[in-house]
Amino acid sequence: MQREMTAAVAQTPATEEPLLKIRELDKHFGPVQALYHVDLDLPAGKVTALAGDNGAGKSVLTKCIAGIYQPDHGQIFWQGQPVHIRNARDSAHLGIEIVYQDLALADNLDIVQNMFLGRERVSRELLDEDSMERSAGETLASLRVTTVRSIRQPVASLSGGQRQSVAVAKAVMWNSKLVIMDEPTAALGVVQTRQVLDLIKRLRDRGLAVMVISHNLTDVFEVADRIAVLYLGRLVVQDDAKNFDLSRVVEYMTTGGSSRTVGARSKES
Amino acid sequence: MALGPRRADISSVAPEEAPDLTAATEAIEAEVPPGVIAQTLGEYVRGYASRIRAGESGVLPVILAMFVILVVFSIISPNHVFLSPVNLVNLFQQAAVFMVLAMAEGFALVLGEIDLSVGFVGAIGAAITVQLVQPLTANWHWVPAILAGLLACTVFGAIQGTLITRLRLPSFIVTLAGYLIANGIFLQILLLGPFSGYPNLAGQSNNLLVIYDLMWGTIDPVVSWVGAGVVVVGLGLVIWLSDSRRRRSGLVAPPASLSLIKIGLIAAVAIVVVSICNTNRANLGTLEGVPWVIPIVLAVLGAWTILLQRTKFGRYVYAIGGNPEAARRAGINVSLIRTVGFALCSFTAGIALLLYASLLGGMSNNVSGGQYVLYAVAAAVIGGTSLFGGRGKPIHGVLGGLVIAGIYNGLYLQGISSVEWQYAITGLVLLAAVVIDAVSRRGSASGSVTRV
Repeated sequence: MQREMTAAVAQTPATEEPLLKIRELDKHFGPVQALYHVDLDLPAGKVTALAGDNGAGKSVLTKCIAGIYQPDHGQIFWQGQPVHIRNARDSAHLGIEIVYQDLALADNLDIVQNMFLGRERVSRELLDEDSMERSAGETLASLRVTTVRSIRQPVASLSGGQRQSVAVAKAVMWNSKLVIMDEPTAALGVVQTRQVLDLIKRLRDRGLAVMVISHNLTDVFEVADRIAVLYLGRLVVQDDAKNFDLSRVVEYMTTGGSSRTVGARSKES
Repeated sequence: MALGPRRADISSVAPEEAPDLTAATEAIEAEVPPGVIAQTLGEYVRGYASRIRAGESGVLPVILAMFVILVVFSIISPNHVFLSPVNLVNLFQQAAVFMVLAMAEGFALVLGEIDLSVGFVGAIGAAITVQLVQPLTANWHWVPAILAGLLACTVFGAIQGTLITRLRLPSFIVTLAGYLIANGIFLQILLLGPFSGYPNLAGQSNNLLVIYDLMWGTIDPVVSWVGAGVVVVGLGLVIWLSDSRRRRSGLVAPPASLSLIKIGLIAAVAIVVVSICNTNRANLGTLEGVPWVIPIVLAVLGAWTILLQRTKFGRYVYAIGGNPEAARRAGINVSLIRTVGFALCSFTAGIALLLYASLLGGMSNNVSGGQYVLYAVAAAVIGGTSLFGGRGKPIHGVLGGLVIAGIYNGLYLQGISSVEWQYAITGLVLLAAVVIDAVSRRGSASGSVTRV
């Protein structure tokens, strides 16, 4: 499995600068402290799973990275440089793409049209359909998204797994370096979950940083190289996945701490 | 379904992965346009048939409706006058107004909105134009007069669009208010000048004549044939060259036989229309040739088809109609596109009512803008535009407009010209169209349940 393979390069932060580094990030809404002193590393070529119960602050953290929310305090470093992500355009410009849970696909448009939505290619003011179709086909083929019958079929006609694949392909087509996926396997069947997890591994093998937000701990252990747990706005632990087992992650998610240790050290706050 | 050679190049990359399209194939197949996957004509026909069975019928109902109207009215009309060239040309002229108005409403419908004001907003534009070309008063040249009328419509539409998008008001209410306001402004404009509320197009001025000829002027029969030939050859070349280029580069394209059938159909329609129009329709003297209004409608159809199908703006209109949230996240300026959509809707309504003024030979307070809105919505929906947003093309407005005009014209020939019957029958047709739209939508929705 993938986890044994990556075990050799376990403690990355010391040796190599992570692609995205978050330090002491705070965010509150009125009196509610949504995030408190969050430190998180998202290294390239790794899948980092972000776990946490409902209301732990997973989506607030995602939206801070996406530029939808502005953090109150703290710093975000991109490839070692401090950055201010003021809006969705800034994050896209850096190479951050987010695949939301509801996927944000227009059902009435076909796969190519969805993949290029908002970034259409034009020649002489008219849409360059041939070039877009070719690129979309190449991206899907490189991700081995093979089950769609035609890239000109409307998204309405796709299965849940296929939609997820299209949303991911849309995210990676723009030379993105970090892909954040919100509950990518929720509402998928067994076969389709398999396809999406394989797709996530392919992104990692391409050298992208991937952050997966998921409630499904089976899937988390299946794909994650690293696991980070949020508990009531605090990032209580982040470590290599091999240092966790299921019950320990659940313990962190529900109590914010752990009464026992499985493997190597873990940063507890 | 067998995998064709074009799909094989993608699927050959990873043969170990089994397709998950098994259980829900029939439901899914229904939503894939047959042209997208068919490699041969046979596959295309089978794909089309399965779509129809699943309620995704496309333009088929409107073609059927046209056929039924043609057969029924040609049988029951006195002396079978329905099919006579003079009546068919008359029908084209009446249909032109519905067609353009339905194309106008199409902008709002594809955006997932509705515009109830099109009838009277267009009437404002037409009344301004008719007033401005009056030799007794303003005596403007017809070009600036038309532009001024259309500009007024566009501004009205832009204001409505701004209210709808910036204040997030429902388009139904804003355009209902707009309908009443426009009705009032329209009546005020009619009362200007010494025309007792009925500025007409009769008179010796060249500017009056041009406006009158929009509907009633005809093109010389020989020029008609040449023009039709140029249009057919031009469209045919564009279709053939782009389809065969896509086939060569391995992109999704219809089979060659289908491209030829499409071109053949366009040629057949052109030949039939020009032949009908080139027949001498006058009882005394000569009246022949294609009316100006046909190339005018074709120009609107062509322009809006290119705008909606081939430009970024059009793509964004469909995206907003399909999923506004997805459009917003894709960085599309949703408010701007919506506002421009409403402005274009009102602009096009201005063209439609200008044609109507030409048909009537003037403007009067008899213009029933309220009824015309229903005709416009009915024509667009009958043609295949969805009331629920995201689906519809300008050609749907043209086909639906022909159906509405066919009913209107056929009833008139039967002597059923009284308003009650027209209202009732138009209402029934609108209801039927909406039922078809909703049923086909439910068909695809139940498909999505099996998919998840």
